[in-house]
Amino acid sequence: MPALAARWSPRSAPPTVSRVIRTTPFHERLKALDSQGLYTHWQGRLSALRYSPAPKHEYFAVRSSVGVFDTSPLSKYRIEGPDAERFLAGVLVRDIRACPPGRGQYTLWCDDRGFVMEDGVVLRHSPTEFVLTAARPNHGRLTDLAGRLRVRVEDVSDASGMLAVQGPRSRTVLAGLAPEVAALPVFAHTPTSVAGVPVTVSRTGYTGDLGYEVTVPADGALDVLDAVLEAGRDHGLRPFGEEALMVLRIEAGLPLLDVEWTNSRLAFTDEQRVTPSELGMGWMLRGVEDPTRPFVGRDAIRHELATGGPRWATVGLVVDPANWERLHREAGLLPPVHEHPLPYESLLYDAPTRDHQVGYVTSLVYSPVLQRHVGLARVRPELASPGTRLQLEVAVHHGTTTVRACTATLPLFDPPRRTARHD
Amino acid sequence: MTERDGAEHPADLVTAYDAIVVGGGHNGLVNAAYLAKAGLRTLVLEQRDLVGGAAVTEQPVPGFSFTTFSYALSLLRPEIVHELDLVRHGFLPLMMPSSFHPTGDGGYLLLGDDHDQNVQEIRRHCPHDADAYDRYHHDLDRVVQAVQPLFDNPPPDVFGTDPDDQADVAWLLKHLGGVDRSVMHDVVRLLTGSAADWLEDYFRHEAVKGFHASSSIIGSKVGPMSPGSGLVLLFHKMGQHDGHLGSWAFHKGGNGGFTQVLARAATAFGAEIRLGARVASVLTREDRAVGVALEDGAELHAPVVVSALDPRRTFLDLVDPRRLPSELVDSVERMRFRGVSAKVNFALDGLPVFPALPPRPDGGGVDHYGGFLNIGPTIEYVEHAFDAAKYGWYSERPFIDAAIQSVVDPDMAPPGKHVMSCFVQYAPYELRGSDWEAERDRFGDTAQAVLESHFPGFGDLVLHRQVVTPVDIERVTGLTEGNIFAGELLAPQMYFFRPAPGWSRYRTPIAGYYQCGSGTHPGGCVIGSPGRLAGQRVLRDLAAAR
Repeated sequence: MPALAARWSPRSAPPTVSRVIRTTPFHERLKALDSQGLYTHWQGRLSALRYSPAPKHEYFAVRSSVGVFDTSPLSKYRIEGPDAERFLAGVLVRDIRACPPGRGQYTLWCDDRGFVMEDGVVLRHSPTEFVLTAARPNHGRLTDLAGRLRVRVEDVSDASGMLAVQGPRSRTVLAGLAPEVAALPVFAHTPTSVAGVPVTVSRTGYTGDLGYEVTVPADGALDVLDAVLEAGRDHGLRPFGEEALMVLRIEAGLPLLDVEWTNSRLAFTDEQRVTPSELGMGWMLRGVEDPTRPFVGRDAIRHELATGGPRWATVGLVVDPANWERLHREAGLLPPVHEHPLPYESLLYDAPTRDHQVGYVTSLVYSPVLQRHVGLARVRPELASPGTRLQLEVAVHHGTTTVRACTATLPLFDPPRRTARHD
Repeated sequence: MTERDGAEHPADLVTAYDAIVVGGGHNGLVNAAYLAKAGLRTLVLEQRDLVGGAAVTEQPVPGFSFTTFSYALSLLRPEIVHELDLVRHGFLPLMMPSSFHPTGDGGYLLLGDDHDQNVQEIRRHCPHDADAYDRYHHDLDRVVQAVQPLFDNPPPDVFGTDPDDQADVAWLLKHLGGVDRSVMHDVVRLLTGSAADWLEDYFRHEAVKGFHASSSIIGSKVGPMSPGSGLVLLFHKMGQHDGHLGSWAFHKGGNGGFTQVLARAATAFGAEIRLGARVASVLTREDRAVGVALEDGAELHAPVVVSALDPRRTFLDLVDPRRLPSELVDSVERMRFRGVSAKVNFALDGLPVFPALPPRPDGGGVDHYGGFLNIGPTIEYVEHAFDAAKYGWYSERPFIDAAIQSVVDPDMAPPGKHVMSCFVQYAPYELRGSDWEAERDRFGDTAQAVLESHFPGFGDLVLHRQVVTPVDIERVTGLTEGNIFAGELLAPQMYFFRPAPGWSRYRTPIAGYYQCGSGTHPGGCVIGSPGRLAGQRVLRDLAAAR
């Protein structure tokens, strides 16, 4: 077909992606560092699964030196206006009024039945200006709730790229480019410039390690990335992809939408839904009794807490390594090591007889730093205290059996450097 | 005297300790941790000013951390990690999921974490070997699976008459009886044959065979064509990290980082570690061990003494061999050590360049340095390297197992700089017509010349070079003849013959005196099991005596 032939001529770039699936502002450079060409689609963007044949190198870069992750596909909303604070105080679960400019919060938003819709990070740039990130589009929902408040919600997702710089050496690398980063506490952010490009650096991330995220205008993204790569080259910096990220975030106890829970608005049954407490975010509810701040879902959450509390508790799960090993060896198998999270839920019982199901595991993966399989699980609240012994159902030779596991405090891996003020 | 003597102690000796471990190498520390965990007041005596034995990290040049001797976590058993709660004390094995094998003609074989890509990499060199690669690993994994239980348990005493011994023998026979016929055949092929023969049965391409043959000679006075090299290959495959059989890891901070973790674990369980404490002899009274005498004349008493030293030192130095059964003394005298390995460690100004894989401007593209660099292109190359050792000389073109550890752990060197550990073979302990002090520099030059031939410009990067000869290994760590396994991995020195027939169950003829070094089953390598199994033996004997 002549039309196609023309489009694929050497003079124009090959249509590597469709009109719907696009690339991020960092893609051009990261592609050159990628020997794999393996991508997933995340919010209509190509997101690298890994950059090298060994995602473990990427994982260890984050746990032992420094790695960069292209988190640009996140939705980003600029929320501005005299009533912006009032608006967000009424939409988000955590009290944004307690967040001064220069700080940020990890937060949730719920429906009016007190079930979690999504999570995200909100950074407060001034008394009247905020930027909220989310894993999925939320513009419609946010504008619908604005009502008559003097607030503007703008989808700025495409205007900027976001580069997560994570790992023990992330501070050294970034502070070499922008000295104000050195003193940044957890969930603080600062405007600065890197390679002459104005950026926002926040001490945030999705790895549970010391780390930062750099938000950069799309047209300056490559200059900033180049500067970070150059600053990191003597520190063992590596780009890391989603395969490494999944292990990191499970160790860090960070939930993932559509894995740990379903957006309440899109769920079919309440069994698919979770409340903030059930998601392990009960600590966000400190202000729920505050009469001055009604927010979407507040009354339902109050009711939940007043009437017997949540149905489930989110806990960490640690599989007994000796039992895991023996179970498989006795079956004549080499004990499997799940370096990718299991793509299905596993069930938890109180005893090997499996008479009473007492919970389920939403994410399960082998943790190299913990040297065992670990997971994020939901159990009956009375079994939530750390160290509770449970039985995890596993399949061996086309049949099910159980392996010993016990509950643990989240995060499963929490190095002091994550929150430390200095190196 | 029987092996069954309990561990009672003469009442008039006042002791601050229940057990003294002689030697703070990794097995000594593992042993001490298990004893302390069981509630024994345990003292570790280490002659040097740092623990670790052959597993130490030192800075001969400020800022550059060298794994002076042992350079990788090889066979460490996972149950030790869990039972001693090592993760809590900082255990962090950085997987080295790649192996880089220059093929000698400017090309290379680069194997990594992705099985499909590995198969294609093999196929790039030889279509025949692509599916052979799967069969090879399947067969080898099955052998490992069959042999594994023997590694996790003390060898049964096939010569004993005790009911316990007989039960263990019955266990062994039952286990072996359950092993598939073809797997058992493979076990024998490996235990008795050469690595070259074993590999010929699968592969055609010289570089593919050369790559797989490298682990068949590590630390051993064999060439890949020698019978017995199959055993060495199998032994090195017994490791697992993160569930990958045969894979090796690199501990954060080097192997010294690992032994510091062990020291913290042992201390947390209550063990005391005394540095700079060189033990002269084990004290005995009425054929029982009652403590140790230090070289400075001090005496320390305990009803249990565990030697983590090699069998020569355990039986011929620390105690009076005249008081031991002659058969045991003969066996230990006969035991072969014959170190053939040296280390050449480099501080580098930057990363070496392999011409076929030029560096990227961003400093990336270093996957081929993310694991082991295997300099021994073909079986013939390695066999030629071995030839010299037969006649008392070192290889003119040695085999090198290298690792640029700072790529995986940047904390090992200043930013932008690197450390490179090179395990170099063959370097026989005894040189004919010369000695290692005279040959030290020339040997270093020889190793460096090989690296230069694969990585042009290598010499310009060298900031510092440390040559560790077999004599150095012996002098600093006490390993006889610099043998890194504390006794060669030869069939007559394995399993229930390690270290000597009848003495493979961690006891010695002297009641209360035990052995836990790499010269006992299933040492050597950084495995920890001798320390663990010896600990179980001590605790069981103490329980029986009570």
